[in-house]
Amino acid sequence: MAALSWIKRLDLQRSVIYFGFLAIFLFFAATLHDDGFLTTRNLTNIVLQTAPATIMAIGLVFALSAGEIDLSFGSIVAVSALAAAVAMQNGPMVFGVIAGLGAGVLIGAFNGVLVAYLRLPSFLVTLATLGLFAGIARSMTDLRSIPVINDTFTGFFGSGKLLGVPSLVIWTVAAVAAGHVLYRHSRFGAHVLAVGDNARAAQVSGIKVPRIRLMVLTLCGATAGLAGLLYAGRLQAAKYTLGESDLMTVIAAVIVGGTALNGGKGSIIGALLGSLMMGMLNNGLILMGLKVSDQMIVRGVIILVAVAVSLRDTRR
Amino acid sequence: MTATPVLSLNNIHKAFGGVVAIKDFSLELFPGEIVALVGDNGAGKSTLIAIVSGLHRPNSGEILLDGETVSLSDASSARSRGIEVVYQDLALADEQPVFMNMFLGRELTRKPLGLLDKSRMRRETQTMLDQLDVHIPSAGSKIRDLSGGQRQGVAIARATHWASKLILLDEPTAALGVAETAKVEEIVAALKERNLAILIVSHSLDQVFRLSDRICVLRRGVQIGVRSTPETDKNEIVSMITGVHA
Ligand SMILES: Nc1ncnc2c1ncn2[C@@H]1O[C@H](COP(=O)(O)OP(=O)(O)OP(=O)(O)O)[C@@H](O)[C@H]1O
Ligand SMILES: [Mg+2]
Repeated sequence: MAALSWIKRLDLQRSVIYFGFLAIFLFFAATLHDDGFLTTRNLTNIVLQTAPATIMAIGLVFALSAGEIDLSFGSIVAVSALAAAVAMQNGPMVFGVIAGLGAGVLIGAFNGVLVAYLRLPSFLVTLATLGLFAGIARSMTDLRSIPVINDTFTGFFGSGKLLGVPSLVIWTVAAVAAGHVLYRHSRFGAHVLAVGDNARAAQVSGIKVPRIRLMVLTLCGATAGLAGLLYAGRLQAAKYTLGESDLMTVIAAVIVGGTALNGGKGSIIGALLGSLMMGMLNNGLILMGLKVSDQMIVRGVIILVAVAVSLRDTRR
Repeated sequence: MTATPVLSLNNIHKAFGGVVAIKDFSLELFPGEIVALVGDNGAGKSTLIAIVSGLHRPNSGEILLDGETVSLSDASSARSRGIEVVYQDLALADEQPVFMNMFLGRELTRKPLGLLDKSRMRRETQTMLDQLDVHIPSAGSKIRDLSGGQRQGVAIARATHWASKLILLDEPTAALGVAETAKVEEIVAALKERNLAILIVSHSLDQVFRLSDRICVLRRGVQIGVRSTPETDKNEIVSMITGVHA
């Protein structure tokens, strides 16, 4: 009986991501065995490369669950990384961390105020700020790349290790764990879901709906800011192009991971698996030796199928 | 009656832009009393409920709870004073489990981390539903998987559990079958025993006459009158609602 209820709880919407993840993994494991797909090094690399996307995906799960969306994270990443790099040119690591995270939080809060208190649609607000901050990232440094030479910073947010575990893995695990607990086991998470599910029900239950909207968009900014720090740490430089290509990856990861586009429902663990799945896909297609243009086409088709299947099950 | 009314509304006025929804409305509700609010569509019944539940501020007029003037600025302020509402649209979050809806906005948490105490909310929800004889597959079922009657049962159980003074019910049996309606009426009648004051909006005059102690009639925002249920009849109420004298 216990087993039966356990199987029931593992509803279809979640199992899509488990099957998809497993199918892609097995496919590459079989076809790319001789190309080193299964080596510890390659698998670790996938986790390292997806760390920023996974962390942004966590923020997006909260935004979508509250019935909002954030598209601006694609350019918040670059602004945060550049802000951190510039701050560390003449200052210690703390300056970089404060500048990077601060930029993310401020831009997120800016989106949040427009959405929560002026009731502008988040889709339009964050589409506009995506462009706005992409422009600001370009003009901040005249399109130049800014090196990050602070070793403590690059160790902490990039190439460092703790007890043999790469710091990016630690960041990923910590962020997913914290995100999951906040989402599933805190009052905040419950209120986010209620607002996205039925904003009126949330309001008459005494939940401060605008505050929740402000907070999820600020959280998105913060996760994009952290992603910016991770990029700057791993690449030891910041450039306006950072995060540009993450927009589609992160949205696809979150949707494939079982988060509803219209709010009230989602999964942080699903988003992690979705993000890893996107990472495997990138990695496998490169190892297969496909041209960049062919990679884009194949990836696009696979994402389309995956998103279509997940949405069929996520929709009510 | 010499007891202090639980709720007194004095000269309440509410307009939306140019539309006057409630005009100069006054009513007193006493503990253990059921008052029915009747009127045609658009008469202003839901607006009045929204005013007492803190969702709308009246343009003028006074609200007194237990004889004290209060300002109900939002849903929390009404809830914290023991007022609960079963809304016309039920106000349930469809994708969330029953127990989370039961505790929406006042979730139980566990020390020391302040995380949700889901197992306790589940248990207490089951007890609340059992007490009212509302049958659902489990306290963990999603609202969306419940029937109309079950949803109504959840919304009513939620209100009756948390209310300590006053319950407002906006058409609580509108979507229900005969058996479910009888069940809801039984629950409402039982609330009298708990000495709660009850304001019920209903389009069913049969129901109004079965349940209420007094009947208050609204027509296009105007309070036409209040009658003691045993001293009136359907014809009088119908003509008050419609303005047509038989
Ligand atoms: N938020 C609002 N903004 C503008 N007008 C409103 C608003 N809420 C209600 N009204 C108007 O106030 C009047 C009363 O509406 P209300 O919903 O209170 O009626 P009701 O008696 O509950 O009707 P029903 O029996 O159909 O539920 C209507 O004319 C309605 O259009
Ligand atoms: Mg109404």
